[in-house]
Amino acid sequence: MICQNCGQRPASLHYTKIVNGAKTELHLCEECAKEQGESSETEHSFMSAAGGYTIQDLLSDLLNMDQSNTAGNAEKKQPKKAARPLTCDNCGLTYKQFTKTGRLGCAHCYHAFESKLTPVFRRVHSGNTNHTGKVPKHRHEKLHAQRELDEKKRQINILVQNEEFEKAAELRDEIRTLEKQFQGREEDS
Amino acid sequence: MASEHFFSEAISPWMQEGPGPEGDIALSTRVRLARNIEQYPFPVFASEEASATLLRYASSTLLNQSEEVGSLEALNMNELRPNERQVLVEKHLVSPYLIKNMEHSAVLLNNDESISIMVNEEDHLRLQCLSNGMQLEECYNEADRLDDWAEANLTYAFDERLGYLTSCPTNVGTGMRASVMVHLPALVWTNQLSRILPAIHQLGLVVRGIYGEGSEALGNLFQISNQMTLGKSEKDIIEDLRGVVMQVIQRERHARESLLGSSRVKLEDRVFRSYGILAYSRMMTTKEAANRLSDVRLGIDLDLIKGISGNILNELMLLTQPGFLEQYAGESLTQEEADIRRANVIRERIKLEL
Repeated sequence: MICQNCGQRPASLHYTKIVNGAKTELHLCEECAKEQGESSETEHSFMSAAGGYTIQDLLSDLLNMDQSNTAGNAEKKQPKKAARPLTCDNCGLTYKQFTKTGRLGCAHCYHAFESKLTPVFRRVHSGNTNHTGKVPKHRHEKLHAQRELDEKKRQINILVQNEEFEKAAELRDEIRTLEKQFQGREEDS
Repeated sequence: MASEHFFSEAISPWMQEGPGPEGDIALSTRVRLARNIEQYPFPVFASEEASATLLRYASSTLLNQSEEVGSLEALNMNELRPNERQVLVEKHLVSPYLIKNMEHSAVLLNNDESISIMVNEEDHLRLQCLSNGMQLEECYNEADRLDDWAEANLTYAFDERLGYLTSCPTNVGTGMRASVMVHLPALVWTNQLSRILPAIHQLGLVVRGIYGEGSEALGNLFQISNQMTLGKSEKDIIEDLRGVVMQVIQRERHARESLLGSSRVKLEDRVFRSYGILAYSRMMTTKEAANRLSDVRLGIDLDLIKGISGNILNELMLLTQPGFLEQYAGESLTQEEADIRRANVIRERIKLEL
């Protein structure tokens, strides 16, 4: 089989992409695959050589699908009423630009497009919309302290389950001290 | 130049330590954290000027403080030769995307290449830690430490509800992608992998071929990683991933044993045929090399082939990539020339072991 891209060299990479049941087959020679790989961005370099359908592509498809679904309805209700396109007032990125690339322009975009993004988070992150992990110490002391406290409470439960009561008692004292500090800070602010 | 070894040595020092935990199947572990710096526009839509400013600011700030994490060296992408950039990609030290935007991008590397910090990738910072074998917790702890250090010197874009804010909403929250590279020849041959994959996907994890997609992965090398970054803590993500990877490893071991039991001669035939071809052929494509090397690696792990180190797979997989072949040749190569060089490199490497 001859490479579909250059039409010269024999194809050595064959892959099949299935999106919503629509099947696309691609047969490329190594050199063309490499070129395509370099222009598509992925986590691992090798994967890009196969032009993998990445999660970002999927996201972009999801967003566009959303738009095409709702665009039809909106047009019927509001014929030709040119509303200002949804835009981030910090960096100037429009929501439409975002749906094309799947990339946001700045931290403020998360607020500017909040209403549209929340359903996307649900879909991409198994229904979750809140971060429960690490918090930077700097500028977020309160939440950071809260997380530390939660983590210690989680550990104490494990210690009690394993009947390591001495260690659990030590940890309990630590938690009490932390809680006092925490309350002190609450009252200050 | 002090940084020469980043390009001339195919194997990162952290890989040479010999096999890590579960090293018969798990080749390497990687944890990366995506971080952005407050007030600056994200790289994808940033102006040339904003990108240049951020690059200067972030790399000088981090380099000035780098004693705390071991000495780091900065490589600006636009100052490297094309071959050198390609070698960094093949060693997984930088992403293809970093090179695409090479005018204002850089990577900070430590001496043994177990730490890589990309500046102006899709996010301002991509902190990455690598280690051999299956070492998810260790790798995360290292990344966490690196992150604490970077955060002490830079202010991150962070939202108390959404977590670390990233250019792509698929990374928001922890900004973490943890992955383990596993060699699964027996699960592929026995067609079991295609049955396991849906179950893994349901757990919010992703399995990808390192070369190619799904079950067509070349060299039977796969990367198992988390997909979800919002809603679960880093520790839980690591723990869930660890559990699944361990199960996959157990299944692979089991499949290897039953292959040995039920079709030992067939298996031996395949392994030794590949060994012979690698040792004597004069031209070899990337695809064939990957698959033959996978066979030989399995032979080594099952003690069918003795006296060769298992590292030969990881090492030759890298050495036979186009960038490395060109780096050694010192010139650009046609496909045919590359195939000839590839066969030479493999033959010589195998002879060294005999």
